[in-house]
Amino acid sequence: MPHTILSDKMNRLNNTEILEKLKSKFGTEILFSEEPFGLLTIYIEKQIIKDMLQYLYQETHLGFQFLTDLCGIHDPSQVNAELGVVYHLQNMRTNTRIRIKSFTALSNPKFPTVTDIFKTANWMERETYDFFGIIFEGHPNLKRILNMDDMVDFPLRKEFPLEDQTRLDKDDKMFGR
Amino acid sequence: MSHIKLDKDSIERETTTLNLGPTHPATHGVFQNILELDGERIVGADTTIGYIHRAFEKIAEHRAYYQITPLTDRLNYCSSPINNMGWHTTVEKLFGIQTPKRVDYLRVIIMELARISDHLICNSILGVDTGAYSGFLYLMQERENIYEIYEEICGARLTTNMGRVGGFERDINPIAIRKIREFLKRYPKTLSEFEKLFNRNRIFMDRTIDVGKISAESALNYGFTGPNLRACGVDYDVRVMEPYSSYQDFDFSIPVGSNGDAYDRFMVRNREMWESLKIIGQALENLPEGSYQADVPEFVLPPKEEVYNDMEALIYHFKIIMGEVDVPKGEVYHSVEGANGELGFYLVSDGGRTPFRLHFRRPCFIYYQAYPEIIKGSLISDAIVTLSGLNVIAGELDA
Repeated sequence: MPHTILSDKMNRLNNTEILEKLKSKFGTEILFSEEPFGLLTIYIEKQIIKDMLQYLYQETHLGFQFLTDLCGIHDPSQVNAELGVVYHLQNMRTNTRIRIKSFTALSNPKFPTVTDIFKTANWMERETYDFFGIIFEGHPNLKRILNMDDMVDFPLRKEFPLEDQTRLDKDDKMFGR
Repeated sequence: MSHIKLDKDSIERETTTLNLGPTHPATHGVFQNILELDGERIVGADTTIGYIHRAFEKIAEHRAYYQITPLTDRLNYCSSPINNMGWHTTVEKLFGIQTPKRVDYLRVIIMELARISDHLICNSILGVDTGAYSGFLYLMQERENIYEIYEEICGARLTTNMGRVGGFERDINPIAIRKIREFLKRYPKTLSEFEKLFNRNRIFMDRTIDVGKISAESALNYGFTGPNLRACGVDYDVRVMEPYSSYQDFDFSIPVGSNGDAYDRFMVRNREMWESLKIIGQALENLPEGSYQADVPEFVLPPKEEVYNDMEALIYHFKIIMGEVDVPKGEVYHSVEGANGELGFYLVSDGGRTPFRLHFRRPCFIYYQAYPEIIKGSLISDAIVTLSGLNVIAGELDA
């Protein structure tokens, strides 16, 4: 006997409806949106991150109250929008996910913290700071978490080399990225 | 943390600072907890992690897709096949590969075996930490048997590197099937013996009930998933909510607790082992015939004999190894139900040989930040029980 799916797929929130709701609330600060693999992805200005996450959390018909993941991304090819933060939110009741992305210039790597909405963002933001140097303004304890405290670089930025560049015995011409 | 004021009724003159870890036999992994103690009661705690950080996310940006599987082994090394298959299903989602049913069923069998081996370690170690050593010895033999099954399937035991993108490197052999059947026959007996030793054991219950308690709201806010969340009464399981690898074909239930303490976590894990046995049984009975690989020559390495004798196979072999295959651009988030919770992979591809960005959503990392709050106000011995009950795996914590 096949297993009955507990979560009602019919119950899943509609992506276009979510987007309409957010657009009517935030308007032009939503830059654009797409749906890779059915997951609604919204690109927003960083000023409204906190408001939007709060709105998604509180609004009765949205209820995205679970922060699945928060991570940084560095893309040197996007001039003046090199550093980004990606939020994955989830509404467990309706089994709906949403992804929110926001980018900023490398010269001003500051984002608002969301630790007062989600406690779980605490370490995730520390990890993002540790690896990308993104400063989360208002974070209660923003210091390195996985790397040692006296490190000065931000190792997941693209310019940071994976290995010691002075080594001569390694030739990555064929197999490197 | 000397700013912490003692209670008025405390008999101590000042708090004591105690380093629990980084290498302490009771912490089962390398992490440090700086405890501030009033006598034996914890009044403040601070954690330091990162002792075995190996920069997997950075390394992954320099490795081809098939070379990342060994990195995922080393996340949660108690159940590495789940990590392997989670990674493979993520890449398959990005590439748009449809796997045959046989691959899905074999994966389900292996993942559930891995879940059993992870849960049995966690539960028996919880027994050791509460002073009951014999349960550990009973179950350890069964973990050895599971590792022998891994060995039969892929040749490795702990860091398995099992399977490939699109399926498996070879078909499952009859010896492995026989060993799985033997395991299915033997394990229920061992597990019920283990349960008889623990479930209603007065000492064990006294040591675990109401220890390391967390409410469902708090757990959700802290990002708990997996057995630790289900012990609080939230029936969230990725296998059911977003079935991957044909989990929708199987009949199983999701055990939930109510109290969110160490005892409920123990019970949820025990019951989950029974459910896993049920799933393995069904998958083995209904194991479809067919190929053990998806039909995607661009991504699946051809057999060696063909590489030597067939022009096309040689070309594909060369293209896959040298990274000449066109990889679709895009970003994908895929998650599987790991033994500790939702194990997610956020993968961004720019069409290159390697991922542009790969982020692991590691359940241990996310729920371990609740640990200082959970243990505040409890005794040191309860802090140890809480740590074992949460099943924090250092490899997953530090990535």
